[in-house]
Amino acid sequence: MRIPCPTCGPRDLREFTYIGDALRSAPALEADADTWAAYVYTRRNPRGEHLEYWQHSHGCRQFLRVRRDTATHVIHAAACVGPHATEDEA
Amino acid sequence: MGRYSIFAVAAGALGGNRGWRPAWRKAVPKPSYEVVIVGGGGHGLATAHYLAREHGITDVAVVEKGWIGSGNVGRNTTIVRSNYMLDRTVPFYEASLKLWEGLSHDLNFNVMFSSRGVINLAHTPAQMDIFTRRANSMMLNGIAAEMLDVAGLRRRVPLLDVSPAARFPVVGAIHQARGGTARHDAVAWGYARAADSRGVDIIENCEVTGFLREGDRITGVRTTRGDIRARKTAVAVAGSTSQVMALAGIDDLPIESHVLQAFVSEGMKPALDVVVTFGAGHLYISQSDKGGLVFGGDIDGYNSYAQRGNLPIVEDVASAALAMFPAFSRVRLLRTWGGLMDMTMDGQPIITTGPLPGLYLNCGWCYEGFKATPASGFTFAWTIAKDEPHPLNAPFRLDRFRQGRVLDEKGRGPYPGHH
Amino acid sequence: MSGYRLTSGGNVDRQRPVRFAFDGRPCTGLAGDTLASALLAEGIRLVGRSFKYHRPRGVLGIAAEEPNALVSLRGGGRHEPNIQATMAELHDGLEVRSQNAWPSLGFDALAVNGLAGPLFGAGFYYKTFMGPTRRAWMWFEPFIRRAAGLGPPPRQADPDVYDRNNLFCDVLVVGGGPAGLAAARAAAECGARVALCDERAAFGGSLRGAAREIGDVPAQDWIDAQLAFLAGRGAVLLPRTGVFGYYDGETLGAVERVADHLPAPSSGQPRQRYWTIRTAEVVLATGAVERPVLFAGNDRPGVMLADSVRQYAETYGVACGRSVTVLANNDSGHAAARSLAAAGVTVARIFDQRPEVGPAIRAIAVGIGADLRTGWTVVATHGGKGLHAVTAAPADGSGRAERFETDCLAMAGGWTPAIALASQRGSAPVWSDALGAPLAGVPAPGARWRVAGAAAGRLDTAGCLAEGAAAGHAAARAAGFDAAPSAPPACAAEPVGLHPAPVPRHPDGKAFVDFQNDVKCADVALALREGYVSVEHLKRYTTLGMATDQGRTANVNAIALMAAATGRSPGEVGTTRFRAPAAPVALGALAGRHTGAHFQAVRRTPVQDWHVRHGGVLSPVGPWLRPRAYLREGETIRTAYIREAANVRGAVGLCDVSTLGKIAVEGPDAAVFLDRVYSNAMQSLAVGRARYGLMLRDDGMVLDDGTAWRLSETSFLVTTTTTGAGAVMTHLERLHALFWPGLRVALTSVTSQWAGMSLAGPRSREVLAAALPGTEVGNGVLPFMGLLEARMDGAPVLVARLSFSGERAYEVFCGADHGEAVWERLLQAGRPHGIMPYGTEALGTLRIEKGHVAGGELDGRVSPFNLGLEGLLSRKKAFFGSALLERPGLHAADRYELVGLVSTAGVPLRAGSHLAEGPRTRPGPSQGFVSSTTFSPATGQEIALALVKGGRARIGQDMFAADPVHGAHHPVRLAPPCFVDPEGARMRG
Repeated sequence: MRIPCPTCGPRDLREFTYIGDALRSAPALEADADTWAAYVYTRRNPRGEHLEYWQHSHGCRQFLRVRRDTATHVIHAAACVGPHATEDEA
Repeated sequence: MGRYSIFAVAAGALGGNRGWRPAWRKAVPKPSYEVVIVGGGGHGLATAHYLAREHGITDVAVVEKGWIGSGNVGRNTTIVRSNYMLDRTVPFYEASLKLWEGLSHDLNFNVMFSSRGVINLAHTPAQMDIFTRRANSMMLNGIAAEMLDVAGLRRRVPLLDVSPAARFPVVGAIHQARGGTARHDAVAWGYARAADSRGVDIIENCEVTGFLREGDRITGVRTTRGDIRARKTAVAVAGSTSQVMALAGIDDLPIESHVLQAFVSEGMKPALDVVVTFGAGHLYISQSDKGGLVFGGDIDGYNSYAQRGNLPIVEDVASAALAMFPAFSRVRLLRTWGGLMDMTMDGQPIITTGPLPGLYLNCGWCYEGFKATPASGFTFAWTIAKDEPHPLNAPFRLDRFRQGRVLDEKGRGPYPGHH
Repeated sequence: MSGYRLTSGGNVDRQRPVRFAFDGRPCTGLAGDTLASALLAEGIRLVGRSFKYHRPRGVLGIAAEEPNALVSLRGGGRHEPNIQATMAELHDGLEVRSQNAWPSLGFDALAVNGLAGPLFGAGFYYKTFMGPTRRAWMWFEPFIRRAAGLGPPPRQADPDVYDRNNLFCDVLVVGGGPAGLAAARAAAECGARVALCDERAAFGGSLRGAAREIGDVPAQDWIDAQLAFLAGRGAVLLPRTGVFGYYDGETLGAVERVADHLPAPSSGQPRQRYWTIRTAEVVLATGAVERPVLFAGNDRPGVMLADSVRQYAETYGVACGRSVTVLANNDSGHAAARSLAAAGVTVARIFDQRPEVGPAIRAIAVGIGADLRTGWTVVATHGGKGLHAVTAAPADGSGRAERFETDCLAMAGGWTPAIALASQRGSAPVWSDALGAPLAGVPAPGARWRVAGAAAGRLDTAGCLAEGAAAGHAAARAAGFDAAPSAPPACAAEPVGLHPAPVPRHPDGKAFVDFQNDVKCADVALALREGYVSVEHLKRYTTLGMATDQGRTANVNAIALMAAATGRSPGEVGTTRFRAPAAPVALGALAGRHTGAHFQAVRRTPVQDWHVRHGGVLSPVGPWLRPRAYLREGETIRTAYIREAANVRGAVGLCDVSTLGKIAVEGPDAAVFLDRVYSNAMQSLAVGRARYGLMLRDDGMVLDDGTAWRLSETSFLVTTTTTGAGAVMTHLERLHALFWPGLRVALTSVTSQWAGMSLAGPRSREVLAAALPGTEVGNGVLPFMGLLEARMDGAPVLVARLSFSGERAYEVFCGADHGEAVWERLLQAGRPHGIMPYGTEALGTLRIEKGHVAGGELDGRVSPFNLGLEGLLSRKKAFFGSALLERPGLHAADRYELVGLVSTAGVPLRAGSHLAEGPRTRPGPSQGFVSSTTFSPATGQEIALALVKGGRARIGQDMFAADPVHGAHHPVRLAPPCFVDPEGARMRG
């Protein structure tokens, strides 16, 4: 797998760390336990298109939101998230 | 020919092997059953067997999308052991190991359970402490365990690198002599044949496309071969759990599907007669009866339904194998494959009634599925028959995460890719 | 030389003999030979014994499809089992041993298995070996294991090295036969960066040495011209390189056999090189494999594949027999016969299973003087360890069988395109009736391959050249290089009637389908009878296609058999999925240099060399090596750590803590950020002060503990545990990116930039003062939890008044380059005060005495409540992990709680023991476990920390530390977890 890092270009899988599901949005710290439990413990786990976070851990260390197909491993788009977010095509 | 034995094989040979019957019937679905089990893998077939044998419930269909045993029961590294640490998991895996020990007889099918021993290597004093804790957990639960020192390892595993010059020198190990390996496909076929012989219908090439329901209650399944009504519907589909349960309207489960690669080398004469796991990386290795080294490591680490992985893990696994066994450098990798792993948030499974009336769920097997097959089938059958968990699977409930009663053997936290 | 080497022809050098030994017998081949061609030239037909029935076997094929001629090569550390003689290049001194034969290849005792063949039918082992007792299998298994497994395993370390390389290109062409060469040329002409791999020793594929013309030059000249052109365009040419795997994102794995054709690699040369190839486009020109024909005795040495017999003659100048018989079910066998005759090999007769053939085909037999019988097939073979006759008969059973003397039977059973790589990349194969074999289907989403030549079912050279060039052009265009390449050369037409005769409905049971795994037609029939009708079940039940040749010659015949037997079309039967590796690869190649001491990189502290020079006993801690203790003459680890720890309590010690994770947290919102990620307050931390802090995971469990140092309003230095460093860094980055991207804060790992050392003990202040002359270090300037910047002999240092040991202590940080100098300076300054370096064991002793938690307790399963750290949970703010802290499971009455233990019998305790209420004979269920143990020099007792169910309420009780695996069971008394100075006066003073 090669992931198109918006800052570094297409790079090999081994440079990245899978961070997890990006279908859920991060709860506020003050949110209740049910909200947090749902965030921490449950997943849609789709077969097919998925939104997920990866970190370019052996590169720019940016967090990427990647639109990837879990059945074919095709990567449709990747954008940086966080303080250095790039145009989000995902 | 019905019963398998050396005499049957001899008689069969004399008859040109023309007298053998199918190991299980190619059943066609009836309109309704007492119990429908979705998933003709090891766990679904074992559940059918124990429903029939333990509870006398034989009006059972196992519906399988493809061919039975096409999932993880035929895609693993065949290791069987009960060397766990937590008091709530140890008894379950030990019950499984006990069932393994009698399984060939129980099923009249040689699953080649080989209690050749399982050795986990430790590379630091701290790791020896953890293994001591684990061994003592086992002992206090009535399970034999022993600690090996370097001299003992050298005798038991002559090709293992125990030199102090290694990057992570081996300092000792935990050994469960009763652990070992089994012939994976035989487990699916043996359970299928045994269940079939008690009247269970095994229906292959039958994909579930939806659930029948009355209100909240699940009353059967829609399949590519027609609707099948059932008083009880049980789901045991491992990596496909999220897809199948979504058909019942359950969209969020504590599961991610990942790919775990497994590896086998070319066949060789015997070189390794015990299962060995690495402690300075994730690797487990044994040699099959056919002579191939069978080994595996970590999951690739990203969600996947593709049943194939990528090169980084292949390289990691090869270098870890050689860190343990430098002599295998010129041995050639023959085949790799990928299993679809239902990884939970704590590395342990879910075996439960619900989450809807009439529905029963068995999933989340992570790395533990193969060795757990008998106990999973046994306890799931109990749960289905009695509508309550057996004490062995009582901890494996779905709400344990919300309740804060997780079963995190490895202490890796709520990150399914880390278990 | 025996009489099997032709007097001319082939790409071998008749002036350069090569000497080798087969089972100790001296043999001679020629430069350019494979082991197989050399053995055949020597007249050696019996090469090995089969897997199950120990039947005599010889060479069947020409390259990677070879199932039979497997040998062990070389010896000692370079021993390799199961090597295909067809893929092994000959070199001087090559030692070759046959396999699976005892006592000798010629007389093999286990050949008796063959007589009892029906007993050993498919899956017989599932039906027996189950009695008389439940452990019967443990008795049978060793015999089965010794009988299985072909070659002996290597038992010594490999003396050779392996390299890993990366290759980037625009168009990768896999396979260097006519189609591949044409594709590579076309792509290169378009300007693409091209790489061309071929698993064989030289490019050219089936054209190598062929007596034909391409354009208007001999085939070999054309091959050489293409290679020269490609080299001129900077293409990467990799012969001896098998592409084994095709992964996502057009990443392919390949292994180049750099030195396997040499007696040993030269100095510095790797044996093999593992390439990771990343390309935009792929052309798969992987060729096709000829299929055997199914009839009784089709495995006898001397029965071979027809085009392989042809290639042995044309490429290696070897006649595989004095009188060759061809058995064909399609036109290609006739083409091979014609080429054989032209090369000087006698082809006496041709049997064609088809009832009728066209006039052009008939003319071939006439032209070479062979007796052609259409509608005939071979039904039996004769000869002990080598063919000397066949029995043939009309295929429809209408006539009488006849016996014909022949020493080589060339089978032309049709062609199977090599589509493994396309299938690996997710393409479902599509059955072709014209070929009687599956072709690659459409590329899976995202896959960027095209298939050309024989791999696409084109078996005439002209077609291969044209399709190859078109595929190369299309690939280049897809990669962004569009130009018009030159037209491919013309060449003479060949017979192309490939439609093979169907596989007979009931081939004789002793006909072999999978030669290497000894799977017969009868086994397939038995498996089907027993209901193993899925192609995957058949494979698994019979082991068909699972041998080292990956079923290249077996799989399609098996599909045809299944289709015939079950009344399905072959397309309905389907194929098993192809999986990497396409051909076996050495583990050593995949591991590359990551072996032995280089399995993983070692992180070194700036003071590491000093530790080694001074008796430090190093042990792995995460990626680091840390000294457990510094042994003096006559000391053990235990006596050394007791001395070191006592010296800290009594005087002063110095410990290298450079391995602690260090993260710079900077920016206007740094304090806000840390306030959210630590469970305790951080915003209130004053500049110039440090604070102990606790970080929780998403689920509220403890992630790590450490300290935060406020260097300025906007700048913090955060320390973590040694093993938690990576996880904490990722955790903080994740929270910043995913939860609070609006916070203005930057995170930088500075672990390697700082050296750190802990100066601890009642005399530590004097030592620090002596090392920092002129700098005030008293409690007024540098109180407990205070920070100080200073210069030590010119080196900038940052000193934090932190204590893990419970003594007055200072963590002295400096730039890594100054690490050893500062370390030495502190030791020098401490000499008058009795300073000693101390290692991780003494570090552990000191913190256990203080009840500070570390790795033994922080096992990923503990909440702050388990550890008694409720005091670090702020009630004034929400923090990361706080939402899930109130779940009932975290507050159960029987939750683990941290306590201290005292060994009341005075014997050492062992970590990993469990707490038990009862004596040795009836300990009862586990009440918890011992997490860390030590002898406490401060109290003179054997003490421990433990996590005990409801432990706090049990303090003062007597229990047992049960260690049944070591046969130990010691009385302990539960105590508060802090054994030394619970008020903290020593560290504050």
